[in-house]
Amino acid sequence: MSDYNFAYLDEQTKRMIRRALLKALAIPGYQVPFASREMPMPYGWGTGGVQVTAACLTPHDRLKVIDQGADDTTNAVSIRRFFQRTAGVEVTERTAEATVIQTRHRIPEHPLTEGQILVYQVPIPEPLRFLEPRETETRKMHELEEYGLMHVKLYEDIARHGEIATSYAYPVRVEGRYVMDPSPIPKFDNPKLAGNPAIQLFGAGRESRIYALPPYSDVVSLDFEDHPFVASKADHDCDLCGAGSSYLDEVITDDRGSRMFVCSDTDFCNSRQAEGHRGRLSTEAA
Amino acid sequence: MNQLSGGFADPARDAAQAFRAVLEAMARPGTIQTVAGGRVPGLSGAAATVLLTLTDATTPLHLAGGFATDDIGRWIAFHIGAPLVAAGDAVFALGTWDDLQPVTRFGIGQPSYPDRSATLIVETADLSNQGPRLTGPGIRDSIRLSLPETDAFRANRALFPLGFDTILTCGDRLAALPRTTIVEDV
Repeated sequence: MSDYNFAYLDEQTKRMIRRALLKALAIPGYQVPFASREMPMPYGWGTGGVQVTAACLTPHDRLKVIDQGADDTTNAVSIRRFFQRTAGVEVTERTAEATVIQTRHRIPEHPLTEGQILVYQVPIPEPLRFLEPRETETRKMHELEEYGLMHVKLYEDIARHGEIATSYAYPVRVEGRYVMDPSPIPKFDNPKLAGNPAIQLFGAGRESRIYALPPYSDVVSLDFEDHPFVASKADHDCDLCGAGSSYLDEVITDDRGSRMFVCSDTDFCNSRQAEGHRGRLSTEAA
Repeated sequence: MNQLSGGFADPARDAAQAFRAVLEAMARPGTIQTVAGGRVPGLSGAAATVLLTLTDATTPLHLAGGFATDDIGRWIAFHIGAPLVAAGDAVFALGTWDDLQPVTRFGIGQPSYPDRSATLIVETADLSNQGPRLTGPGIRDSIRLSLPETDAFRANRALFPLGFDTILTCGDRLAALPRTTIVEDV
């Protein structure tokens, strides 16, 4: 048993975050300001997601933490250990067995279900920030539903590149009202935001914002009639498990231009390999 | 029972479980959740638990009608410390639906900060999945919930993104109705 309060944060802080979470669910896509705390990890490592997870965890939860789809990277391992130590919760790498999943920049391949909560770590919650640096102005733009600038940005992509070149943190419109940054998930994951049975919560620690998508929300990726949204991925199959429909990472394997494509979702890839699926570079011994 | 009892036995874990039920309720409007922990004479267990879970010295609270009793006031002063205020200043308000009328008294937020709105905790005699039909975010198709009325919730929905949010309590059960939910008599 540790000397920390359950899930690290003090109770007053958790109440403050919990009130913000309820308002966030009541106003889907709207960024609720909250009094973000310093956490025992640097900004950029998921302090917002950690605070949201801490406010939601119960002693009976089974927690999964992923970083770009992987359970075994430094960020994911350290956050998972943090909650094992401070909340004593069970942890898992299996998407289907988790009740709370904290994620950095991916939505798991395995479909989520009711009863699951997906917590996103968000670096810049304001989708208009790179177009308008002043918070006073972006707040006014959200208030007035003044989102033309975002369409201009997507149009400039088309003018320059012939297509919408934005490939991650692709802006979405929630329930026909707020334009929202879905965090830097690849746009391949955008369709999974909509109509998802799980509760999706977003925490931005440095920027002190919390926002949320209730289950089965209407979430539309911004596009144009003649340039519709495309959820793109690398045009390959996974070299380890052969999956043709999962999001892939490109891995450089030597200094002579050799490369391989592997599932970014390690649990999905490992499960498929355990079921006997094989890819181009699988060794027979695997 | 004195005002020293009736709080969470294990505050961190009990509050975590209670909040999770409230979170599920707010995320899935109309679903009925069960909570435990708070006990005070004159108040349902669910309403007491919601107060313990969400309110503290930073959240002005309005006690409407018959809920402004000494028992409840002393219990709140000891366990919660929330300042008791008039309806217009309240972040949380507690009462029966009749006590809370007119609900237009409560904060609906500002256009630039719609989150700065009141949450109503409504004590009801009956809470069941019968009555008006609810649709909207968090609801896959539709669900029914016994509501005290529909007109006020329809007017509240028309204010979106402004509006108050509602938690209905009955015994040890609760359900929630965020401002986004579309309410229809059928």
